[in-house]
Amino acid sequence: MRVTINGKSEQVPAGTIEQLVRQRGLKPEALVVEHNQRIVRQAQWAQVRLQEGDILELLRFVGGG
Amino acid sequence: MSFYQTIAAYEVFDFDAFFARTEGADVVRALNREKLEAIDFLTLLSPAAMAFLEPMAQKSRQLTVQHFGRTIQLFIPLYIANQCANQCAYCGFNRANAIQRRRLTLDEIEAEARAIAATGMRHLLVLTGEARETTPMEYLQATVRLLKKHFASVAIEMFPMQEAEYRRLKEAGADGLTLYQEVYDREIYRKVHLAGPKTDYRFRLDAPERGARAGFRAVNLGALIGLGEKRREVFFTGLHARYLDDRYLATEIGVSLPRFNPAEGDFQPRFPADDREFVQFLVALRLFLPRAAITVSTRERAAFRDRLIHLGATRFSAGSCTGVGGYAQPERRETPQFEISDTRGVDQVVRAIAAQGYQPVYKDWDRIA
Amino acid sequence: MNDEVLIIGGRTFSNRLFTGTGKFADNRLIAGMLASSGSQMITVALRRVDLSAGGDNILDHIPKTVTLLPNTSGARTAGEAVRIARIAREAGCGDFIKIEVITDTKYLMPDNYETLQATEILAKEGFVVLPYVLPDLPLAKRLENAGAAAVMPLGAPIGSNRGLETASLIALLVENCHVPVVVDAGIGRPSHAAAAMEMGADAVLVNTAIATAQDPVAMGRAFSLAVAAGRMAFLAHMAETSALARASSPLTGFLNAVENECHSTRP
Repeated sequence: MRVTINGKSEQVPAGTIEQLVRQRGLKPEALVVEHNQRIVRQAQWAQVRLQEGDILELLRFVGGG
Repeated sequence: MSFYQTIAAYEVFDFDAFFARTEGADVVRALNREKLEAIDFLTLLSPAAMAFLEPMAQKSRQLTVQHFGRTIQLFIPLYIANQCANQCAYCGFNRANAIQRRRLTLDEIEAEARAIAATGMRHLLVLTGEARETTPMEYLQATVRLLKKHFASVAIEMFPMQEAEYRRLKEAGADGLTLYQEVYDREIYRKVHLAGPKTDYRFRLDAPERGARAGFRAVNLGALIGLGEKRREVFFTGLHARYLDDRYLATEIGVSLPRFNPAEGDFQPRFPADDREFVQFLVALRLFLPRAAITVSTRERAAFRDRLIHLGATRFSAGSCTGVGGYAQPERRETPQFEISDTRGVDQVVRAIAAQGYQPVYKDWDRIA
Repeated sequence: MNDEVLIIGGRTFSNRLFTGTGKFADNRLIAGMLASSGSQMITVALRRVDLSAGGDNILDHIPKTVTLLPNTSGARTAGEAVRIARIAREAGCGDFIKIEVITDTKYLMPDNYETLQATEILAKEGFVVLPYVLPDLPLAKRLENAGAAAVMPLGAPIGSNRGLETASLIALLVENCHVPVVVDAGIGRPSHAAAAMEMGADAVLVNTAIATAQDPVAMGRAFSLAVAAGRMAFLAHMAETSALARASSPLTGFLNAVENECHSTRP
């Protein structure tokens, strides 16, 4: 199915946010996930199943002044 | 937050010890500072600073000319009522005084306004005693609306009010609020305000701030010099002005230096100030509050007032009558609230100001409705 | 010398140098810089993850005792700043937020109008809002009324290292604001930071000048000392430089005139 991740339309296998994070090899502790304009806390990642057309923002803290 | 907290913070401050240890070097340091803190101001109010009156005066003049130019703003008081629920030991309108009580009708006010306007005066200060039944809000609003037709600026000096009441008078056309605390020393305040609503120190203290919130363009403070320990009283007057000035940027905060003058009755002030001290207070206030209007009324003698033009004063009352009405029919003047010393007419004061090389200002602004 | 601790958003800061995490050659230097400077608040930014690269976690280099100040950099409107602030809070970064809204990409000037709007919204939501602004007194008062926890006027354009070009405007804020004034941006040298503190600023925020120094750890310490020195000078009331005016013609001579001309309390 297709979802939008960080502004790009991507083909992903069906599954939860947690599975997506793992597949992409991202470090969970540094990651902030916004799912359809709502922040999903890490504890909930395993419960949120992705749907066709979902919009995901995967963010992290970086250096800045 | 209220200025009350500032006053309370000085409860434990030993003013006498501070004045005793203040030396000439401290005064010079305070005098040389670009922006004075409270402690510098107090230093300039110390007895030690009296030896530095001339350099203080020079700096005061320089700051005054820098911020105001060579001008003196003129205003005239109009008392519209002398009924009063208060018993202030020092005041001619004291409810215990057997004087004739009167409240002008709107027609009489109109007649007074015409007579005053004929002198050229464009800034008016309208005053009452404190008697809410005799001078209810509707009457005061109607008065302000009426006076606003004749004058560029109408300021009020009445009893302390709630913010909403101030807002009503502001909407009626009043642009300035004058309210003297009379005395900041709470103990003395209690002793000289024997009865009536004025016994509420805190309500009066916070009134200028309510006025600033209500949106008056100018708020004017003062302590009646003579009632409380004079150096402290001037100190708290300055701090009160600074407190408001820091918080209400849209409001011009000014101070008056009303010096005790014998009124009806035989009240003897405990802390009378002589001319030298008066000048010290005036210039110290100017150094502490470079942009504040400083008012000197007709309580002061003509020759003395003329000197003060160079020392930091920026506002003069002139041609004043301190009894109810008094301009339309000068022959039937009433008992005054206090005696005046400078009895010159408006035109004489104007000539005197000009003779000092200053411009008398009848009107310095107008509201475009 | 007694100093009051600085309190922002209910937290106390004994060190008045705030720092930033941007532009370090190696993020491992951040921990060393924090240790050497003693800085107790540091900014971080929020960005989209680069899905192709791993990258390290900047938060790993910041001790838990240091207050995180996420910024809203990248926001061009109040709405975007609000969104970034909410995300940062949800991510467990605490309630502090530096509002930075920049619509001008040429000079990187903060947009005061958008910043005020974002402050109004976020302060109501319980954020500890530190807006980064051009030093503008009426605006600062509006920010204060809107619930800002501090105001952060710029000394010079971001990253310019030019120092306190806006000193006289910042002085008005220092004099009139009842919330802390933190000078942010433009501070290039420790002497600039000291000058800001001498003026009475409550703190300074320095990022580029520390991060891009050859030795950021030593430079962090240098800034910290300068900030402390400036603060101490402010508290000690520096001597003024102006001299007493010399009387050309006495203004008070008349007071010595014949006694009966004057009111006197002396018999």
